[in-house]
Amino acid sequence: MSADQPVTGLRRLLRPSLGGNLFGTGNALLWPILTLVLLCLCNLGFNPHFLSIRVLDHHLFGAPIDILNRAAPLILVGVGMTLVIATRGIDISVGAVVAITAAMAAAMLGGSQAMAGGWPCWVAVAAALAIALVCGLWNGLLVAGVGMQPIIATLILMVAGRGVAQLLTAGQVIPIDNPGYLLIGGGYLLGIPLSVYIAVVVVVLTTAVLEGTALGLFIRAIGINPTATRLVGLRAKALVFWVYAFSGLTAGIAGILISSNLRSADGNNAGLLLELDAILAVTLGGTSLLGGRFSMAGTVLGALIIQTLTYTTYSIGVPPEATLVVKAVVVLLVSVIQSPTARRWLFSRRRRRPAPDSALKVPS
Amino acid sequence: MMRRWPTLPEGLRRVRDARLLPLAVTLFLFAALFGFGGVMYTGFFSLQVLLDLLVDNAFLLIVAIGMTFVIISGGIDLSVGSLVALTTLLEAVMAEHWHWPIWVIIPLVLTAGTLFGSAMGWLIHQFKLQPFVVTLAGMFLARGTCFLISLQSITITDPVFTAISNFRIHAGGGEISTNVLIAVLALAVALYLAHATRFGRYVYAIGGNEHSALLMGLPVARTKVLVYALSGFCSALGGVTFTFYVLSGYGLQAQGMELDAIAATVIGGTLLTGGVGYVIGTLFGVGILGTIQSLITFDGTLSSWWTRIVIGVLLCMFCSLQRLMERRTRRVVHLDPPPANATAGRAGAGTRPATTGAAMTHAHQVRPQAELRAHGR
Repeated sequence: MSADQPVTGLRRLLRPSLGGNLFGTGNALLWPILTLVLLCLCNLGFNPHFLSIRVLDHHLFGAPIDILNRAAPLILVGVGMTLVIATRGIDISVGAVVAITAAMAAAMLGGSQAMAGGWPCWVAVAAALAIALVCGLWNGLLVAGVGMQPIIATLILMVAGRGVAQLLTAGQVIPIDNPGYLLIGGGYLLGIPLSVYIAVVVVVLTTAVLEGTALGLFIRAIGINPTATRLVGLRAKALVFWVYAFSGLTAGIAGILISSNLRSADGNNAGLLLELDAILAVTLGGTSLLGGRFSMAGTVLGALIIQTLTYTTYSIGVPPEATLVVKAVVVLLVSVIQSPTARRWLFSRRRRRPAPDSALKVPS
Repeated sequence: MMRRWPTLPEGLRRVRDARLLPLAVTLFLFAALFGFGGVMYTGFFSLQVLLDLLVDNAFLLIVAIGMTFVIISGGIDLSVGSLVALTTLLEAVMAEHWHWPIWVIIPLVLTAGTLFGSAMGWLIHQFKLQPFVVTLAGMFLARGTCFLISLQSITITDPVFTAISNFRIHAGGGEISTNVLIAVLALAVALYLAHATRFGRYVYAIGGNEHSALLMGLPVARTKVLVYALSGFCSALGGVTFTFYVLSGYGLQAQGMELDAIAATVIGGTLLTGGVGYVIGTLFGVGILGTIQSLITFDGTLSSWWTRIVIGVLLCMFCSLQRLMERRTRRVVHLDPPPANATAGRAGAGTRPATTGAAMTHAHQVRPQAELRAHGR
């Protein structure tokens, strides 16, 4: 690897760059790691057994396992969202896609009168993933094909999606009792929840494809300058289209995990406010909302931070709804720190002249 | 000086103008939907049903008016629904737990909403943050504050509140509530603000092209903060009317209202890219949403979730229409630069002919910006 190649993904993660630019691109993962460690220390203060893991009924049991298990859907949604945001987009329909997927799976498994149910588990899962992919393709078509602003294009599905989900469930909360399906979100393999494996596989595969091929570079290029990317000869529109499709698919997998874990499909409340959590996870992980810079590992950390935060508020005894206030403050702080203005303020105090390499960066 | 109203041929030419087309489509759609209801269901085609659209959607209209200004300025405000909920809850707490008089409560909540909005506007402008991120955080903050205050729904039994809530005015065979009066007043003030004040012109100019607005020396910073302050105020006022409507305060109220408000604005013909839109269009946007709901209620066999699907479909239609128009205008501009009078006409459609001398100068200021936009694309 020559020196002028972009350092990305695993290589960036492994690069010893702790002395670098604290707020910028040097080591985007330092802040999320620090936040997570700080949160864990907070928890240890309240509960000395926070990090202890016991074996109970052949399963690993403890707070870290619980957090990992519950963070899995958020990680999955975050993976898709990261790529969408990296192309300067946003996907606020993921919550609705989760609801549609859950409704589809439940309807296929035979909870609803709307469909002749009783399909085997794998057919239901395949159908659910297919409808999630269709949702993603629809978003991609509106954004890349029609050329709508991403927030509006996905807003359409966000509004209509819950209606579609309720159409599939006939307006009811459908219980799921298919043992195979319940295993996906509630089963264990070697003592660790299956959902964790699913999340890990998706994250590793996505990272491998992104960083093993030029795809990651292309997606960053679109985020930095879409016009230039197109002029260079990349099929930017097609890429953006498939990025939205991928986001739909990951939201679908998350929907299967959530419905399987809750043993029901609720068109109204499944995945409610999930889009906000996903955006928060992505932002916390150091992915720039302005596009062009993303970190998959950061998103995973961001999702873990959010889940740990939720766990903490539960264990301290604060009403869980209060997490919303904490999240709001965190979003504002993170985006202010990320903003060029705040960075200029901070750096003008630290050094008068800009760093030599900053001339190469595209001003955002 | 009297406003010069356009003559009929002039008016027709204006309808062909791309900016007025969505408004025309909206008007037609509203009339068609209402006519469809009249043909399909007995008792639908009556003044009371028409007035009920306003009675049942007064709060949405007020919130959507604020949203219209934000979207015309090129931004978006996702916090409106949660701000409505927070307002209802604050009112309920102050009225029921602290027994404060209504004339103290309402100015207080209106100020709170305005301050909340201006804080978001300041963040957006000062740190160049994306509006949807900041207002999303605002949405979290307002909802979270609701739950910190109270997890339960608080019913309002204060006699003044109930009296205002039950007050009805009989008007030509139908009756309207206090909320309708508030909404109509808000609409009138908003129309005046948008089309006859400097502030309104600045908002259009910033939405058209923020950079050129800045180069023209318009107070971009102040206007952007004011736009979000206005939206915050409208949300609080919407919350006040919503309280009169349901007579209770609850943190889960008005969930998804931001989507309805955005939908009403977009269906009303406001371009999401900013710079183009009419406050009056929002009235018909709200009317269309209300008519869909009434149609589904009148039908009785359709389930309520069809409302959301139909709204989604309409939203999709209007957004695609906007894109198509945008493409067409751009192509025209690229192929043959429009003659001078055509450009002036287009600018005039965006910035209505002014009435006062001071506003006239601003119309001249805005005009080069519109030309710049037409050629720059």
